[in-house]
Amino acid sequence: MREIHVDQIKETIARLVQEANFKLEPDVTQALARAQTLEEAPVGQAILMQIINNASIAESEQVPMCQDTGAALVFLEIGQDVHLVGGNLYDAVNAGVAKGYTEGYLRMSMLDDPIRRVNTRNNTPAMIYVDIVPGDKVKITVDCKGGGSENMSQLKMLPPSAGWEGAKKFIIETVANAGPNACPPLIVGVGIGGNFDKCALLAKKALLRPVGSPNPDPDWAAREQELLTEINKLGVGPMGLGGTVTALAVHIEVMGCHITALPVAVNIECHSHRHKEAVL
Amino acid sequence: MAKVYVTTPLTDEQVRQIKAGDEVIISGVIYTARDAAHKRMVEDLAAGRPLPFDPKGAVIYYVGPTPPKPGQVIGSAGPTSSYRMDKYTPEMLRQGVKAFIGKGYRGAEVKKALVEYGGLYLVSTGGAGALLARAIKEAEVIAYEDLGAEAVRRLVVENFPTVCIHDVYGGDLYTEGQAQWAKPDAMVKPGAAGSK
Repeated sequence: MREIHVDQIKETIARLVQEANFKLEPDVTQALARAQTLEEAPVGQAILMQIINNASIAESEQVPMCQDTGAALVFLEIGQDVHLVGGNLYDAVNAGVAKGYTEGYLRMSMLDDPIRRVNTRNNTPAMIYVDIVPGDKVKITVDCKGGGSENMSQLKMLPPSAGWEGAKKFIIETVANAGPNACPPLIVGVGIGGNFDKCALLAKKALLRPVGSPNPDPDWAAREQELLTEINKLGVGPMGLGGTVTALAVHIEVMGCHITALPVAVNIECHSHRHKEAVL
Repeated sequence: MAKVYVTTPLTDEQVRQIKAGDEVIISGVIYTARDAAHKRMVEDLAAGRPLPFDPKGAVIYYVGPTPPKPGQVIGSAGPTSSYRMDKYTPEMLRQGVKAFIGKGYRGAEVKKALVEYGGLYLVSTGGAGALLARAIKEAEVIAYEDLGAEAVRRLVVENFPTVCIHDVYGGDLYTEGQAQWAKPDAMVKPGAAGSK
């Protein structure tokens, strides 16, 4: 049994939320560079250039690339041979988020209550996801997710008769409806199967895959490409001003489901896909 | 599609010259307000209190900046989604506001009100907060300080880059631009619910 102090988790998260907001990871910068080779609209090209320039200013000045520095999503994969010591894990995660957002001059975007709406002034609560995995390590992934793209996400409990064609139509319509609001070019996370809540979680976790990496099942990898092609026919383009690159990638995650059900969730991510990982 | 340089406050004559698709480069004073500040402003108006700034010819920027680092005028400051302010926009136009800077679709009521009162809907690049902050030369909180990032700020900008989506003639760059690049065999037509 390996012991890990929760303060180590706190400090790591405080660092990761800042790094994620200041610098895009290579999978995102490569996807944006590829978009430059594919975009046919001059206005789309101009927007992509602004996005890339913006990222380089953020990196060199160590400032957030976007003013919406996000809700802090913290994914923990905890090895089953790890013993966490020194305090409550969830408190440590929230303390790490509060520290990172304060020290990094990031924006405090979280409220105490959805109707009373008082800002907590430390960007908590974090959205915490825990998985128990084999081994004696803790993998921490942070995703600083903006509100604009999250607000354009959708979930639908389709009848099984809708099939792949029905799922496909719902996914494309969700992207079309999002249009400029979600800050395209987008990364489209799709969950299919499970139940109401697992389906949404599949869509969220689909966003964590390196941008453009295919589903390991060739059948689903082909469906990802089919969707990407169809989405890029919409004409939405960078920031919705018209163009041929509306999405950088489509990632689908699937799970078995009940005989009555065909749940489909679409979790949309903006071009500023700010993620960062560490392993303790 | 022209490139138009304007200095605030805007006159009706300036506003009428600008068409959907034009680049509009703004200098002068603009005011920030998002959801919570708009809610308070309309409550203030309903209670007979004045707005925190002179609305005549004013430009409102939908932004909640990050806190400035030591030595910075303002933190990162790109646009937020505009549809959330739709409910309040016709009232702002009635008060004399002439342009709104944000990103994303506006509802039918807003588009109608822009034509009726003679206002512009402008956008800048979402997510380009570090780049756009460079055009902001001064920033000062002038109302609702307790709202933090959502407080009303008076900004002085120099060559702040925007693009006109809706003009006073009912023009719509989102619809036109997307229709131009949509493929004829697309399974779903562009524009969708948000822009109609």
